[in-house]
Amino acid sequence: MTVLIVAMMLVAVTTVAVAQTVYIPLISKGFQHQFWQAVKEGAMQAAKDYKVTITFEGPESEAMVDKQIDMLSAALAKKPAALGFAALDSKAAIPYLKQAQAAKIPVIAFDSGVDSDIPLTTCATDNIAAAALAADMMAKLIGGEGEVAVIVHDQTSRTGIDRRDGFVNRIKEKYPKIKIVSVQYGGGDHLKSTDLAKAIIQANPNLKGFFGANEGSAIGVLNAVKEMGKIGKITVIGYDSGAQQIAAIRSGEMAGAITQNPVGIGYKTVESAVKALKGEKLPKFTDTGFYFYDKSNIDDPKIKAVLYQ
Amino acid sequence: MPEKIIADKAAKDSFSSSSAKQKILAFSSLIILLIVFSFASPNFFQSNNLIAIMLATAVNGVLAIGVTFIIITGGIDLSVGTMMTFTAVMAAQFVANWHMPVMVGVLVAIMTGMVCGFLSGVMVAKLKIPPFIATLGMMMLTKGLSLIIAQSKPIYFTESPTFALIAMGSIFSFIESFKIPNAVLIFFALAIVASIILNKTVFGRYTFAIGSNEEAVRLSGVNTDRWKIGVYAFSGAICGIAGIIIASRLNSAQPALGPGYELDAIAAVVIGGTSLSGGEGTILGTVIGAFIMSVLTNGLRILSVPQEWQIVVTGVIIIFAVYVDMLRRKRSK
Repeated sequence: MTVLIVAMMLVAVTTVAVAQTVYIPLISKGFQHQFWQAVKEGAMQAAKDYKVTITFEGPESEAMVDKQIDMLSAALAKKPAALGFAALDSKAAIPYLKQAQAAKIPVIAFDSGVDSDIPLTTCATDNIAAAALAADMMAKLIGGEGEVAVIVHDQTSRTGIDRRDGFVNRIKEKYPKIKIVSVQYGGGDHLKSTDLAKAIIQANPNLKGFFGANEGSAIGVLNAVKEMGKIGKITVIGYDSGAQQIAAIRSGEMAGAITQNPVGIGYKTVESAVKALKGEKLPKFTDTGFYFYDKSNIDDPKIKAVLYQ
Repeated sequence: MPEKIIADKAAKDSFSSSSAKQKILAFSSLIILLIVFSFASPNFFQSNNLIAIMLATAVNGVLAIGVTFIIITGGIDLSVGTMMTFTAVMAAQFVANWHMPVMVGVLVAIMTGMVCGFLSGVMVAKLKIPPFIATLGMMMLTKGLSLIIAQSKPIYFTESPTFALIAMGSIFSFIESFKIPNAVLIFFALAIVASIILNKTVFGRYTFAIGSNEEAVRLSGVNTDRWKIGVYAFSGAICGIAGIIIASRLNSAQPALGPGYELDAIAAVVIGGTSLSGGEGTILGTVIGAFIMSVLTNGLRILSVPQEWQIVVTGVIIIFAVYVDMLRRKRSK
């Protein structure tokens, strides 16, 4: 009986909500993290601008590959006009993406993308360009010469490789007087990154700059610089946000950080889907933008909107 | 002789009319959900979507069948989700990394589950650790071991394509419109076998008897510890079957998967009318409970209900299911 009442209420609610518009479901890698909420916000903004209906769903944890597949399968059952998808595990999703392809539903990959040629485009941060911007800022802040070091979260993930190469290659190409003395991998773990960074500082007393390529690495670098009493002597540049990093940037302990633009990821995904439906040709990769933020622009509404605590 | 009487009586109790009423109640709720969703969206009652629902039920349903036995003894098992993952990782280790035949992988998964379940059972029965704590420990243990063995990365079965067919192939594939995946057939077959074991064997009778009044059973000369350990080991073996299904479905063993699945399984058991205080329960109820959960999730998704509300609704349904069950129990007394 109660089931019936609840179900009836839901039907009443949803039949009003679902009007006859173009429907684009977005299946993400998560939904309750601030990052994904920002992606959702961007997607909803685009839905409003282009007058389409979207839903945004993702599993509770990034390990729940089968739950994401169930969501994908339910989304396809609704016969959507297009589909946005950020795969937790590309291989497991392939049969369903093929099903979408067969039904002529354009698939737009977002965030980390999908390891397949079915998606028409991938809307994500251009990590190479973003890390290169970090390198430019570093060069500017340390005066174009001296020793710098890098801590990256890992050497196997796409983001790890791209951010490392983006930073290292830009320094090598444009700033011959800057020497990268060490690139190490801390697994994104605060403590491990701290220990690594301390060892690097110990081994290179003349170090002038330090880049941490994700939130955990950046915090590790920051901790090490603090513990070794090198605040002000070593310029720290981080990546992403989080309460600790934001506080360090406000206090000046950290010079600044690169932030991705999750709102842009959501917006571009829906925009690309709409373009695909109109028959426009899409580039293989759609950069969703990134910013460098520091003490001076951290309260800028545009920056504030993409930072998470 | 007296032990037989107690066990028989306990088994008979569980078939009293009140239990049947609960089953009918759960079943009619399921039918109502199906009807309501079918009217609400033309996309719901489509063969593709119905197969998707069954597929989404298979893993949780299989886990829930194992948990039903444990809950009937008055215990609880928080480790089934991660134990399932552990069995999948072990199977992947043998099949994908050591290139053993697929059949070996299946046996390894079931054996692994059985050993883990056996250990939980020993902790509960012999060491007298409360089931909640013992299986909580087992949950962490199997979670950690999965990550260690798989080196925190998924293991793919790309070199043994037959493995994916265990769950995603269909032995009925020759009938065009009846392509029910094997995962679903395994789930149904297991439900029938488990139901027979629970209702027609000594093992099933002692499962009920221990849950009804363990002390009385023990005093009448039955080695309850041994039967209890047996129930946990049996449930562990069923986790192994779930591990095979999920690994085959994802064509990989995902070592970080598992946490959260135990609660879904317990919810399915409870919605199906099995009492958390033990001594009562049916496999059919559990199967219906698992279907109610997956139909609800799928239907709400088809109706584009925001995800946050999907969770709220599922929570409300679980609370009501247990409340109705309690009312029924009170009335039958």
